Amino acid sequence: MGVPIQLNVNGSPVTAEVDADTLLSSFLREHLRLTGTHIGCDTASCGACTVHVAGRAVKSCNVLAAQVQGLDVTTIEGITPQDGSLHPMQAAFRSCHGLQCGFCTPGMVMSAIDLVLHGPHSTEAEIRAGLAGNLCRCTGYQNIVKAVLMAAKTMEAGRQSS
Amino acid sequence: MSAARAPFIGSSVERKEDYRFLTGAGQYTDDISLPRQSYGCFLRSPRAHARIRAIDTAAARGAPGVLGVFTGKDLAGVGGLPCGWLIKSIDGSPMKEPKHPVLAEGTVRYVGEQVALVVAESVAQAKAAAALIDVDYEVLPTVIDTASAAAQKTAVHGEAPDNVCYTWAIGDEKAVAAAFSQAAHVTKLTIINNRLIPNAIEPRAANAAYSRADDSYTLYVTSQNPHVARLLMTAFVLGLPEHKVRVIAPDVGGAFGSKIYLYAEETALVWASKRVGRPIKWTAERSESFLADAHGRDHVTTAELALDREGRFLALRVHTTANMGAYLSTFASCIPTILYATLLAGQYATPHIYCQVQAVFTNTAPVDAYRGAGRPEASYLVERLVERAARELRIDPAELRRRNFIGKFPYATPVGLTYDTGDYAATLTRVQEAADLKGYAARKQASAAKGLLRGIGYSCYIEACGIAPSNIAGALGARAGLFEAGEIRVHPTGKVTVFTGSHSHGQGHETTFSQIVADKLGISTDDVDIQHGDTGKVLFGMGTYGSRSLAVGGTAILKAVDKIIAKGKKIAAHLLEAGDADVEFEHGEFRIVGTDRKKAFAEVALAAYVPHNYPLDKLEPGLNENAFYDPPNFTFPAGSYVCEVEVDPQTGAVRIDRFSASDDFGNVVNPMIVEGQVHGGVAQGIGQALLEGCRYSEEGQLLTGSLVDYALPRADDLPHFNVELAAGTPCTHNPLGVKGCGEAGAIGSPPAVMNAILDALAPIGVIDLDMPATPYRVWEAIRAAKR
Repeated sequence: MGVPIQLNVNGSPVTAEVDADTLLSSFLREHLRLTGTHIGCDTASCGACTVHVAGRAVKSCNVLAAQVQGLDVTTIEGITPQDGSLHPMQAAFRSCHGLQCGFCTPGMVMSAIDLVLHGPHSTEAEIRAGLAGNLCRCTGYQNIVKAVLMAAKTMEAGRQSS
Repeated sequence: MSAARAPFIGSSVERKEDYRFLTGAGQYTDDISLPRQSYGCFLRSPRAHARIRAIDTAAARGAPGVLGVFTGKDLAGVGGLPCGWLIKSIDGSPMKEPKHPVLAEGTVRYVGEQVALVVAESVAQAKAAAALIDVDYEVLPTVIDTASAAAQKTAVHGEAPDNVCYTWAIGDEKAVAAAFSQAAHVTKLTIINNRLIPNAIEPRAANAAYSRADDSYTLYVTSQNPHVARLLMTAFVLGLPEHKVRVIAPDVGGAFGSKIYLYAEETALVWASKRVGRPIKWTAERSESFLADAHGRDHVTTAELALDREGRFLALRVHTTANMGAYLSTFASCIPTILYATLLAGQYATPHIYCQVQAVFTNTAPVDAYRGAGRPEASYLVERLVERAARELRIDPAELRRRNFIGKFPYATPVGLTYDTGDYAATLTRVQEAADLKGYAARKQASAAKGLLRGIGYSCYIEACGIAPSNIAGALGARAGLFEAGEIRVHPTGKVTVFTGSHSHGQGHETTFSQIVADKLGISTDDVDIQHGDTGKVLFGMGTYGSRSLAVGGTAILKAVDKIIAKGKKIAAHLLEAGDADVEFEHGEFRIVGTDRKKAFAEVALAAYVPHNYPLDKLEPGLNENAFYDPPNFTFPAGSYVCEVEVDPQTGAVRIDRFSASDDFGNVVNPMIVEGQVHGGVAQGIGQALLEGCRYSEEGQLLTGSLVDYALPRADDLPHFNVELAAGTPCTHNPLGVKGCGEAGAIGSPPAVMNAILDALAPIGVIDLDMPATPYRVWEAIRAAKR
């Protein structure tokens, strides 16, 4: 039986009918073909599927599509500027070499943005604690931490000037 | 947006691949959907060892959306998955190679072994139908434990009644025995190298399509080496014509060895795609990755080191039992032999070494290469043994190492390798400076004031990379060559596409290889594009593993560039009306030596494709060259690591306070990428030392089958790494002077961590501890020592 849902994805209204057990991660990947959101596990352990729901980081494999009725969902595609430039967090990841294979990266970037906007992130230890829900097997996290420290400065400077 | 400027080699150029990964535009296998695709689900064995009495698939076949149900019986005539390396036992007999079936044939031998493939319109339908398959299992006794496998009454395979795959040895056993009889001191150690589950964050996946139009197949698969997968699949298993199968390994989300092998799943999908007449997609769930990806390590070893009165090493004697799991995976047999025992000299001039390796079958998942592959096991053994000897002889551990370092190169070890170059004392000195040893006493005191035990541990590792000279590998049992291929295609406008047989799954080849080509051709990295991972585009390739891509694949590219320049000189000579020998090429310009008469690289490229004024009588048009490169030797990266830990004696919790590394990788093309490789390797090594350990129950059930039960290092588990690239001793036998850096961190770090913990615990009498040093295990060791 289909469940009708209406939500905003990356700023655009989406109307769909989904199976009641469709996960948000599958809905984004399979129905909307937004394949930047990755699935790395089946126990909500890896964080590769992290997106923003109503402005906060959420593991989209742990939410039913039907649960986000009426809410704003933002994926990695949604935070990417259309002009070919990068969000300050994306830019910092590139400049600090905070990614290797790239598979955990979209989820890591979405978590990191949430951390900078809503969580304690002034020290290396706080950033490590704040990113503990996202697994990366390639980088050893060091350059990710460096990137978040750098992006936090850019994002805060951007907020003050705007 | 490359702000980088020539020379690119040696510069931390930002990565070309990052834009697509950062924006979600990467194309991993599961991101690819084919028209009319169906979905596969594998029914896996819930038993570690059982005879299959019957399989009833009737209900599954009739379930909604089902397009096909296949079992081992349907695959009659299909070969087993081959092992790529033949190891011979001491008595000359070949290793036991029981058939490794694509779908189980009559018996299952580990939990997770694939029993049936269900193909349906959706994943949910395929899974629901798989649950309807009724398999009648007659449960058999299991063989699980590595150390006792050869003594069990149960046989995993009839062909190997004692569960022994081979008993292999290297070195002069008599000379070693003689040296031991002269020894002033002998240090003994029994060591377990814990079994690991690789866990790349991208699970394995495949999408196989058959085209009736030209009787061909296309397979998208998470592979480190698509040409090898195609060769093994077509020639050895399915009997398909190699040229009718295209294998594409698109963006691959980490691998660490686990995606080298030809697996049953992609093979079954290719076979079934023709029967179903639709593309079939399969993506492993993480639980399947745990059950059915090849695992790593799993050695049990006893070792003895003989020393003279001055602490000089006289001989090393090693007996290792290595777990192969239930079947031989693609490179399983060469890991505990060719890539392990040959590294037991480490950085030391030990004159006599003997190592015997018994490989055993068990009712567990196949075991194969995982980051480092044999070399971490060797390094862990040697470095634990050296540190133990230092403690027993009351010699400073760094000083004992210095006394035994190899000082002159080339150096032929007693276990088959010849190190071309290195400077082990230099990296040790540099890491000692970086680790701030002067402040150690004060730090130890501060820890003690908090009730914590502080310890410091060293590790001086070596590895053999850039595998390998094909003729030597062949003599040692390799059933494949180990060269690499590269192609340079210069377009009429002077832009360049490079095709490489190496495969990038995080290493940043698109950037590093561009740096090399751009420098050599005097063009911008923006004008160079790197293509890899597609048998339909790349002429051939052996793939990426063993830290070989730059040393072997990069050299192949360089040789192709040399051919481009050589041909370009001839074209330029014609255009400039000069002799070929009078033209030099520098900074992107062909110039008549000693004059200002010149042609730009792009002008020569255009002339090659618009050959109006061109020496057509002597030279073909076009500017496109291939090269194959087979290295004359391995490369030998080496380095020194120092780890400092705090242990809480009340809880057993270990915290790494400092970690310093000095690595000699020879010349470095992109220091940013190389340091990133060290970070990742060290993180995985710390994972092995402190967190990760695969456990099976006696019945063969995987107890660590999810990310909730198996601990991967998270950001807050790891310290800041103080990584320094040593000035380096360039490799002497490749033109780039590079050695390889992908595995070093995972090889060097486990012994440094464990030596530090044992140093911390020494005052309370703990002298031995196995990995992973979890709080419980450390706490138990402390309690046992106090008893």
